Amino acid sequence: MKYLDYSLTEIIDLLNSGQVTSQELVRECFDRIKETQDLNALNSTYFDEAMKRAGEIDAARARGENVGALGGVPVVLKDNINYLGTRTTCASKFLENFVSPYTATCASKLHDAGAVIIAKANMDEFAMGSSNENSAFGAVRNPVDTSRVPGGSSGGSACTVAARQCFASLGTDTGGSIREPASFCGVVGIKPTYGRVSRYGVVAFASSLDQVGPLTRTVKDNALMLNVIAGADDMDMTASKVAVPDYLADIDKGVKGLKIGVAKQFFSDKLSGDVRTALEQAIEWYKEAGAEIVTVDLPSLDTALAVYYVISSAEAASNLARFDGVKYGVRAENYADVVDLYFKSRTQGFGKEVKRRIMLGNYVLSSGYYDAFYRKAKRVQKVIRNEFSEALKMCDCLISPTTATTAFKLGEKSGDHVAMYLTDIFTVPVNIASVPAISLPCGKDGQGLPIGMQLIGKHFDEATLYRVANAFETAHKEDK
Amino acid sequence: MSWNTVIGLEVHSELNTRTKCFCGCKNEFGNKPNTNCCPVCTAMPGALPVLNRDAVERAILMGLAVGCRINNYSVFERKNYFYPDLCKAYQISQLEYPLCVGGGLEIELEDGTKKFIRLNRIHLEEDAGKLIHSARGTMIDYNRGGVPLIEIVSEPDMSSAEEAVAYLEKLRSTLLYVGVSDCKMQEGSIRFDVNISVNRDGEPLGTRTELKNLNSFRAVLRAIKYESNRQIEELEAGHPIIQETRRWDDEKGKTYSMRTKEDSQDYRYFPDPDLIPLEVTNEYIESIRAKLPKLAPQRVTEYIAMGLTEQDALLITQERAYADFFENVLSYFNEPKFVCNWITAEVFKKLNALEVDDRKITVQPKDLAEMLRLYKDGEINQAGARKIFDVLWDGGTEPSKLVESLGLKQMNDTGALTEVLQKIVADNPKAVAELKAGNEKTMAFFVGQAMRATQGKANPKLVGEIVKELIK
Repeated sequence: MKYLDYSLTEIIDLLNSGQVTSQELVRECFDRIKETQDLNALNSTYFDEAMKRAGEIDAARARGENVGALGGVPVVLKDNINYLGTRTTCASKFLENFVSPYTATCASKLHDAGAVIIAKANMDEFAMGSSNENSAFGAVRNPVDTSRVPGGSSGGSACTVAARQCFASLGTDTGGSIREPASFCGVVGIKPTYGRVSRYGVVAFASSLDQVGPLTRTVKDNALMLNVIAGADDMDMTASKVAVPDYLADIDKGVKGLKIGVAKQFFSDKLSGDVRTALEQAIEWYKEAGAEIVTVDLPSLDTALAVYYVISSAEAASNLARFDGVKYGVRAENYADVVDLYFKSRTQGFGKEVKRRIMLGNYVLSSGYYDAFYRKAKRVQKVIRNEFSEALKMCDCLISPTTATTAFKLGEKSGDHVAMYLTDIFTVPVNIASVPAISLPCGKDGQGLPIGMQLIGKHFDEATLYRVANAFETAHKEDK
Repeated sequence: MSWNTVIGLEVHSELNTRTKCFCGCKNEFGNKPNTNCCPVCTAMPGALPVLNRDAVERAILMGLAVGCRINNYSVFERKNYFYPDLCKAYQISQLEYPLCVGGGLEIELEDGTKKFIRLNRIHLEEDAGKLIHSARGTMIDYNRGGVPLIEIVSEPDMSSAEEAVAYLEKLRSTLLYVGVSDCKMQEGSIRFDVNISVNRDGEPLGTRTELKNLNSFRAVLRAIKYESNRQIEELEAGHPIIQETRRWDDEKGKTYSMRTKEDSQDYRYFPDPDLIPLEVTNEYIESIRAKLPKLAPQRVTEYIAMGLTEQDALLITQERAYADFFENVLSYFNEPKFVCNWITAEVFKKLNALEVDDRKITVQPKDLAEMLRLYKDGEINQAGARKIFDVLWDGGTEPSKLVESLGLKQMNDTGALTEVLQKIVADNPKAVAELKAGNEKTMAFFVGQAMRATQGKANPKLVGEIVKELIK
């Protein structure tokens, strides 16, 4: 490996100064992908297309043309992001052969900025899961310890970046699906404010909670990626028109004078000793670096997981109803009539976890239960949102662990849904409150597994998160 | 004790926007299947709806025309059910917070009394695609999928099939006045569902059934009559009415059970998270109100001021196309009563021979104006005018030239007419005697004879004068 140890920001400098070509990078990525294919991080790769595109960008750069902020950099998309002409499977048997007839806004923004899309990353089926074991194409392995899960649902996206198969990837996060795998694999992942990145072309899981975000090896890389993909979109009414700042502009300003909030609800007894220690050290470091640590209260944090499973499952049940075997995807053979066609196609096409959520979602929306579940969950969501905005009035961001433990073993929780769901206990409230949060490495546990810390920001204040995260990362570079 | 029928109507009307409700595809009828489609309206994974403001504006326009209150805040919800023509497996509709509420329409009954039919709501939603059944199997055309619809829901204020049809006619007329829908029943751009129940005087409302597949006013009329009789017969035989959806079979003239309440769908409505709540300001609503075209009642008042009778004014304003045509003719020939008489007699005769959807005035206003001027000026007589009108209706033009080419110029030459009539008077002593005896009706005989003798060109007024003179 010659170039893949460089960060995205560094490699762009090398590309711009002519020390490396995009084609060389693509070739190295594919060598590395081959070398590490046991990780099962990717569902499809596009070597020929990527080489062709890299060649075009190299030529354009040689002619002195503007090749964009990511000109020539190999990146990977999660396999629920449409990119014209590529398979978009959502790691589901149902969409095994589905070829995108159009391109998602976030992917076209990457493309327009010169990125070379080289592959689609494995994931939990339809983004439902916390371990990437729910993929129809097999589990992804954690590159730090291949006996362990990479986290999910963007497990492939985290793995491919951590394993140095590419320089950056996109994931999606509905309840922690970017941050939890980032934490487990030791990379940086942000779940931007709901509405910061267009969802157009990203296969929906829970439309009111889904957000696209980058996974990278450094905070600055992440800010650069968000610079490219954030912004309003005429194709997505929920994409915000709030102006997108340059996330790199203030990233080196340090934390002096900033207030960082600590809520006791994030530091419950569920926390493993190593995680607690790492977080306490991080908080201590911030204090020494000039930040003021304030105590805040999030009394309803415990309810977030229940709220999440009601709302996300309800939306998922409706969103996934279009997978009916009529228009695209898998159609069962030997059906008696149209109802039988639906029944068999969906029975054969969906995995267990997806079916579980569909049933849960239809249940909470059904007549007679709607008020008790869906409507109540939406009401509690408001309470949680208010608590977050109150807490964030007292500080510039909150700090918490991303997960209570480090990466667990493959198969360890697959029989126990509740234990699996509890993995997301610190990340889910962020989606419910629709605020942004970043996960970045903050040390390792006794087994050398990465620990992640989560910084939670105000609506559309990703810039502060990057600034606070970058300060920590810069000071702890040698620890890596 | 006598029976009451209670009827409420749900009318779906496609809005004539340029593009679909939630994507940029063309909203057009009759194109090759699946050509007006995109990832959004074919429910490709990841596609998202974006609300067409024009559809909102048209829905509000209709709401204002029928006196609805426009809600500043309304919400699109998903109505979830599986059907092959519904590609997302949910329809974007409105339930808890519709765009327009209240309002109503005044209908006129046969006996001239008026009745106000209240509206419950008008909400905005999207249409589904269309299944095409063929020898090769069932195929789906998604061209119609995502076309904007308004659903106009009445209160159960109608008590007979005739009232229901009068309401539908008024509603259709209003939609056409406002110009938000083309209301073509054959193309399905306006569709009706009927809710109907019966009860005895003084007793609470009965169990209702819903009638589907009503594609014409005639079908509505017959279906309601059939269904209310059916319900009365069931109840009189001691059988309860089952709450159910029934399908009207137009050929057999009967309704058939489709599904009962027990196996009816649970639509699991919830707010569509892809669409932010629709907020419209009062300023916006007022800016739409300013675009409301002149509606029938206002035109009736204006026409009466021009000298039309109320009855004529009501007749000519029953459809916007007729009233517009009337005003256009007047812009060339400002004789309101004269023009109106021709339209309500001759034009309506032509139109009534056509199916409702096909009723289109095919004469150019300018041509009709010119013809009527010739008629009024005595250049042609009524028979000649009718002949020219027939030609104009079938695509002819330039009435003055038609007068020449068809040889219809009225004979106004007193000398020549006297010559003709002298012979007729001489040949018909019996008729002369009757006329002399004061039987004015006999004059028609002389006019008829004169017409025959002049190939219909004689000026009938002049004929009368000359005959009177001759028999003196």
